[in-house]
Amino acid sequence: MIEIRGLEKFFGNLQVLKGVDLDVRKGEVLSIIGASGSGKSTLLYCINGLEPIQKGSIKVDGTDVHAKSTNINHLRQKMGMVFQQWNSFPHLTALENVALAPKIVKGMSKAQARDIAAKQLEHVGLGDKLDAYPSALSGGQQQRLAIARALAMEPTYMLFDEATSALDPELVGEVLDAMRLLAQEGMTMICVTHEMGFARDVSDRVAFVHEGIIEEIDTPTEIFGAPKSDLLKKFLSNIR
Amino acid sequence: MFDYNFHWRPVLKNIPDLLEAAAVTLQVAVISMVIGILIGLVLALTRMHLSGPARWIASTWVEVARNTPALFQLFFFGFGLGAMGVHLSPYVIVVSALSFNCAGYLAENFRGGFQAIPTTQFRAARSLGMTVWQSYTRIIIPQVFRIVYHPITNQMVWAVLMSSLGMLVGFRELSGETQALASRTYRIFEYFAVTAVIYYAVVKIILAGSRLLAMRLFRY
Repeated sequence: MIEIRGLEKFFGNLQVLKGVDLDVRKGEVLSIIGASGSGKSTLLYCINGLEPIQKGSIKVDGTDVHAKSTNINHLRQKMGMVFQQWNSFPHLTALENVALAPKIVKGMSKAQARDIAAKQLEHVGLGDKLDAYPSALSGGQQQRLAIARALAMEPTYMLFDEATSALDPELVGEVLDAMRLLAQEGMTMICVTHEMGFARDVSDRVAFVHEGIIEEIDTPTEIFGAPKSDLLKKFLSNIR
Repeated sequence: MFDYNFHWRPVLKNIPDLLEAAAVTLQVAVISMVIGILIGLVLALTRMHLSGPARWIASTWVEVARNTPALFQLFFFGFGLGAMGVHLSPYVIVVSALSFNCAGYLAENFRGGFQAIPTTQFRAARSLGMTVWQSYTRIIIPQVFRIVYHPITNQMVWAVLMSSLGMLVGFRELSGETQALASRTYRIFEYFAVTAVIYYAVVKIILAGSRLLAMRLFRY
């Protein structure tokens, strides 16, 4: 379970998150929607400790992410992260991209890491690309590679930061399919997304973030069917 | 008008000595480069990530190494330190000066290399649970290495050629050896002509080796 209480985050003098409270249960798929610059992605970065926070707390399975005593490298193994700019490691093959962290972070043997990497690549439909370098893969394939890489650490949670925003339109579908599959398998997911179709079809809950606070959070049916706040209504009407 | 008689025999007879000295040259260059790469890496990272005295020292190092004659740097380690009562062997003087110089130049190459890697690569590595050390050694530095590979090769060539200054502090590398042999026989031109060919061959071998290694290392 992820518990966020009174989270505030500043970049210099600019306050990006202004008191966020949020619980994410195990097995839940939560989509976070909202305009660019509303603080959605920053929230994700705070959850896995890539950004420091100034106030409040974030607990993952009871462990305070930002406490000095927390072994953040250990805690991050529970949270796979997929980035907007897929960030595959260009100097490693697809298999090496996925096998590296299990080997050096989890201490798996080479053969074990290889097996799990091959399995995860197969899982996202890249079973025939094990020895390909990222430069030989399309954007969609690289993003699926990034998903496999995160999954290979066998995380409890998966954080997606606009995983399809940097992709060509025709490549969005394959990545969303991989994410759908993951959701069906019961993975706990937090997806910052601009894909309203995905948010509506796959999520258990949808959070609408506006200027650093969660303006409205509810089931997709309510959020898209019967939005309450005027800001959300305006946001949705702008998208459609 | 041109009545100089070439005498190649004494030179050719001493080619084994020259080749031995060439090996010394190569050895000094390689050792200096290894030290220079390690220090250059530290200098670049210090200038990028630290502040205060450490950064100041690193910046001064780079400035002095790049903006003063290599010969003066060599003289500093030889006569400069000598005047202060620190007497080093010619071998150590040359390795020190070469390392100092290479580290300064390479630091700037490394800095450019690091800046060329998107910061998101580091974030991606950390997000997988890698430590800062692992992120650098497994993800960042291998990519930087490719960017600075050709500048490193150039620096290696420069180290081989610059080591010839060693003769001025009494070091018997290829040039020093040539000078010593030449002054014994007075076949100065012949000796240095042959030595130039040896330098040329050494550099060509380094460049060819570098190209072969690059093909093996960089498959992506």
